[in-house]
Amino acid sequence: MLTKNSSLLLTDAVKETNIAPVNRRNFLRYAGLSAGMIAFIGACKKDDNNTGVNLGSGDTGVLNYAYALEQLEAAFYIQVISTPYTNITAAETGYLTDIRDHEIAHREFFKKVLAANAIQGLEVNFTSINFSSRDSVLATAKAFEDLGVSAYNGAGKLLTDANNLLVAGKIVSVEARHAALIRDLISDGSFADSSVIDANGLDVVRTPNEVLTIAGTYLKTKVNASNLPTS
Amino acid sequence: MNFHNVINEIEKADPEVYERLDGRRTALKGFAKMAGKITLAAAPVALGGMFKKAYGQTSTAIVDVLNFALTLEYLEAEFYIKGLAAANLIPAGVARAAFQTISAHENAHVTFLRTTITTLGGTPVAKPVFDFSGGNGSGIGPFKDAFINYPLFLSVSQALEDTGVRAYKGQAGALISNNDVLTAALRIHSVEARHAAHVRKMRKEMGAPQDPWITLKDTGGIGAVVQGNYNGEENTVQAGVQITNIAPGITAAIASESFDEPLTKAEVLVLIDGFIV
Repeated sequence: MLTKNSSLLLTDAVKETNIAPVNRRNFLRYAGLSAGMIAFIGACKKDDNNTGVNLGSGDTGVLNYAYALEQLEAAFYIQVISTPYTNITAAETGYLTDIRDHEIAHREFFKKVLAANAIQGLEVNFTSINFSSRDSVLATAKAFEDLGVSAYNGAGKLLTDANNLLVAGKIVSVEARHAALIRDLISDGSFADSSVIDANGLDVVRTPNEVLTIAGTYLKTKVNASNLPTS
Repeated sequence: MNFHNVINEIEKADPEVYERLDGRRTALKGFAKMAGKITLAAAPVALGGMFKKAYGQTSTAIVDVLNFALTLEYLEAEFYIKGLAAANLIPAGVARAAFQTISAHENAHVTFLRTTITTLGGTPVAKPVFDFSGGNGSGIGPFKDAFINYPLFLSVSQALEDTGVRAYKGQAGALISNNDVLTAALRIHSVEARHAAHVRKMRKEMGAPQDPWITLKDTGGIGAVVQGNYNGEENTVQAGVQITNIAPGITAAIASESFDEPLTKAEVLVLIDGFIV
């Protein structure tokens, strides 16, 4: 039987398998986990051997994952502000400039925190976006912001360091504010509609693979998430 | 994750798992029933509950966090129920629809948290008696006109939502040991932030000097009565990194907007104390 701390131990065990497999046996013995739990860990693990810029493993990998998304968002809003869409209003320029600056702040934060472990600057591919069209720009912004929220919501459990989790939490609510505002610019009142919030009142959540598949459309540089933790 | 595969994998390695789970059929039926009842989104938490039963996990600390969250959700839920019921308060159209959306989410959060707490083997706290005037039961606190004065209603709503975001954020670390509960809490947290952004925009359009995001520790014109709810938001240092001037144009105001700040449980309880009789 597990102790009352077993959920903590299980989480650590899962994370250990992704970071340092040699520790697993000793750890499981210590934790008293059954073989079933090892199978459970195995069932949750996915192999993905795609190539590209490798995000790395553990918390560093997760932070690089966030860094990749912030790079994408910042590049998008920089373009939006440098080539504003037709008939953009002063209010919209104000909002979108603020959002651009927030995304730049996030991007630079991750770059600095990751230091030598930071992935390279990613090349974007915005050929599918019509920057002169309000509809195209706002639809893309909405997709990016909702994607960002879902990504951070899914990444929280992948982090082992509570300080990293806190920083991710500080950013995700700002992304959610962006998402709400962009949605309201498209259709006032759609800030939290049923396309993103389920019947339990829970926001959308995605795994890194799901997120990167969607983000990949806008990235020339391929991103490899195969070493990220999966739980 | 395919739950049936997970069960199959466990069965291979631990044939006794079904005895622990009262037999495979019962386990799967129980899971399907749970999933059907509380919808698939809650399934990870339900699964957590199943393993708790099998392997005897308990976690008082996590239930305590969820009961704290439940108290906040009771507060928000009842505030919007009363607001929507008040005659001539919320204008028909987009405004009313927005508060119906927000109200539905807060009600759903109450139900979800109660279900999750019960699933984890805990007991949901009872709903407190609220005094939305903020007067500790006197009925004559600073917000006594919130249900007859629409701008005041919006101000209280904004403060509740922004504070809710800070409260959930402050509890994330305490949930790090339970992936399912942590993820659910994060998913509520971002919904509260969406609510906050919308209400802030509503107030901005009525003249409040603010944006959907929080600039420094500014209350958006609400004033000293909610200053405590915003103190600390002016922080510009994250994980030891100074964000101000981290790139050209990143002022202290932008740096503060880019990161929302947490509150501890104790800080939140002080802030909402006036609402609880």
